[in-house]
Amino acid sequence: MQSQIIDPAKTDLNHHHTAEETASHHEEHPDHRIFGLILFLVAEGMIFMGMFGAYLAFRALLPVWPPAGTPELELLLPSVNTTLLISSSFVMHNADTAIKKNDVSGMRTWLGITAAMGIIFLCGQLYEYSNLEFGLTTNLFASSFYVLTGFHGLHVFIGVTAILAVLWRSRTSGHYSNEKHFGVEAAEIYWHFVDVVWIILFGLLYIL
Amino acid sequence: MTQAQLQETANQPALIEEPGVRNWRDYFTFNTDHKVIGIQYLVTTFVFYCIGGVLADLVRTELKTPEVDFVSREVYNSLFTLHGTIMIFLWVVPAGVGFGNYLIPLMIGARDMAFPRLNALAFWIIPPAGLLLIASLLVDAPDAGWTSYPPLSLTTGQIGQSAWIFCLLLLGTSSILGALNFMVTILKMRTPGMTVHQMPLFCWSMFATSALVLLTTPVLAGVLILLAFDLLAGTMFFNPTGGGNPVVYQHMFWFYSHPAVYIMILPFFGAISDIISVHSRKPLFGYKAVAYSSLAISFLGTIVWAHHMFTSGTPGWLRMFFMITTMIISVPTGIKIFSWLATLWGGKLRLNSALLFAMSFVGMFVIGGITGVMVAAVPFDIHVHDTYFIVAHIHYVLFGGSVLGIYAAIYHWFPKMTGRMLNEFWGKVHCALTFVGLNLTFMPMHALGMMGMNRRISEYDPKFESLNFLCTMGSYLLAVSTFPFIINAIWSWMYGPKAGNNPWDALTLEWMTTSPPAIENFDELPVLATGPYDYGMSNRNTEVDVPLADEREPVLAAGPSSVLRAEPDPNVAANPEDRK
Repeated sequence: MQSQIIDPAKTDLNHHHTAEETASHHEEHPDHRIFGLILFLVAEGMIFMGMFGAYLAFRALLPVWPPAGTPELELLLPSVNTTLLISSSFVMHNADTAIKKNDVSGMRTWLGITAAMGIIFLCGQLYEYSNLEFGLTTNLFASSFYVLTGFHGLHVFIGVTAILAVLWRSRTSGHYSNEKHFGVEAAEIYWHFVDVVWIILFGLLYIL
Repeated sequence: MTQAQLQETANQPALIEEPGVRNWRDYFTFNTDHKVIGIQYLVTTFVFYCIGGVLADLVRTELKTPEVDFVSREVYNSLFTLHGTIMIFLWVVPAGVGFGNYLIPLMIGARDMAFPRLNALAFWIIPPAGLLLIASLLVDAPDAGWTSYPPLSLTTGQIGQSAWIFCLLLLGTSSILGALNFMVTILKMRTPGMTVHQMPLFCWSMFATSALVLLTTPVLAGVLILLAFDLLAGTMFFNPTGGGNPVVYQHMFWFYSHPAVYIMILPFFGAISDIISVHSRKPLFGYKAVAYSSLAISFLGTIVWAHHMFTSGTPGWLRMFFMITTMIISVPTGIKIFSWLATLWGGKLRLNSALLFAMSFVGMFVIGGITGVMVAAVPFDIHVHDTYFIVAHIHYVLFGGSVLGIYAAIYHWFPKMTGRMLNEFWGKVHCALTFVGLNLTFMPMHALGMMGMNRRISEYDPKFESLNFLCTMGSYLLAVSTFPFIINAIWSWMYGPKAGNNPWDALTLEWMTTSPPAIENFDELPVLATGPYDYGMSNRNTEVDVPLADEREPVLAAGPSSVLRAEPDPNVAANPEDRK
């Protein structure tokens, strides 16, 4: 009964609940999607961490690594690929900067370039696979190599798909603007994640 | 307007007049309401609990006699494999998620979880995954134990093992999605003015649980992917004949599966803290210590996994490390136990089913905890490894701990979830039968293990027969004990007496709305006027004049300390530190 008479927001007991604070909560549900995505990527990162841990353990436990008879890995193509992927992260960032200035066509251009770089990376991976002298079950190193790069490639593929989806949606004018661009930001964060994972992966498989 | 009126109404504006009674069909749809999803989780997992229980009783029936006379050895292997997998991944883990879904938004004054659709998706992954696992029983059941150690799991049936792996990958995904939802909800969606130190402890423990899920479940997913490659594509990651190493599997598996024990117990630690404080009518002893001990358990829980592997060729220095970290976990756990005892001590106990289950939880968990410290010691562990002592330990923790905790939480929050009271008499019968049944089943296993009876083997030395007979009878009693509960729950849900909004005179926010809560929980933002556990604190200061303190009215029971939780009024604050 009394609840209808007393407005708690106006009593001095609750003086710290300012009218402003209360009003903001009554608006649309605040957007926590970026935070959620980051937590999801923490979990994703832990899958890779687990696999990297397993790889390092195999490496440490076998007397000879890579196991005898494993052909040397060609370094030229993977290095080009790595450069391509790392630079695509910077290209992708330009898309984000563009949309924050409400420049949709600029964003589309940068996204298109990023997607193209991602696709070239994937093609490079496939080309490398087809030219390798070992198969999935040749030995422990070969299996680790294919499973790790393959699992990462899957993530690149998902990232490219996400970028293309953002491109597709941006055809509707007003779908993305300087105030509303979750899709662009999410795709960018995901792309950076894929990139960072590759750097570790490259170090482990090719250099170490 | 007097101060007293303020106190009386401070928590009330959140109330919605109409209780949110749902059409039963809603529970079979892709509904995004966290309360529907919570109940979907709880009912689904309880069904899986019953299935897992039937499997357990089949296992015990086989073990009633020393000979293999009830099922074949292969079927026996499948039975205990599915029993373990179902009870862990389809009952205890998702049951905690179910309570979290139902209670957390209510407890923090939010209208729903942060990502309602993701939440529904996380639930709807579970039934197909469970069906997949159970259906594999008809074709080619997995039979390498719930741990599925290679190389054993690579030599048993390929179809059943793949079904097991795929089921676990699905359940792990569901678990991760649920955990990130909890993290975001707890961190971002609290009602304005509620700091983390004003959350009920259940929220703290779900936060600790979610952190563990996010960090460890993916590693299980990683190792299962590798195992699937070994199983289906012929790689040699865990196959020693091809240079692989099965011990690497064990490390990665236990990196998840030991924290999984905390994922299964922490939610109920939180629930028990809430339940004991409410029904003892006393403030919880050492709120912050209990809150942070959950985080400490989470952190320590990730650096103890190899104590499952003392006999897997683990080098001495590593054994030492894991022995010490494991024993350190008993410190934060002990903090919780002593907090519960100190809360109960001198309290005005309401010995209803919820509190009886909660007190049984404390007692039984202490037994499981002490045997836990015993098996953490390397020499003792080597002696009892792979014996029934380990089986006894895990069941005191997971049955005596988690399952009793789930029951306590059901008896405590049933009135809020359904708007009706459970029958107290049958609740107490249920509690007594469960308590006797669980001790009859699992206590003799300690002795069996010390005498050297191996686990996971369908036949045994005839000298163990009498104790095994006791265990089997106990397991039948446990089966019987669920019937009073099931009948009570169904009957009370339909015809039980109306509960009212706050049958326990509790102070946490979920009781400040109707039972069951309406669709968006609260009309307006709930306003905090009291701490979550400020029961009976009006006695603490007599020198301040407290108008209209009434112990039976929850918002008034705290008297002047009703303002503790909001900015305390320096003139009347109960806590001397808040006075100026």
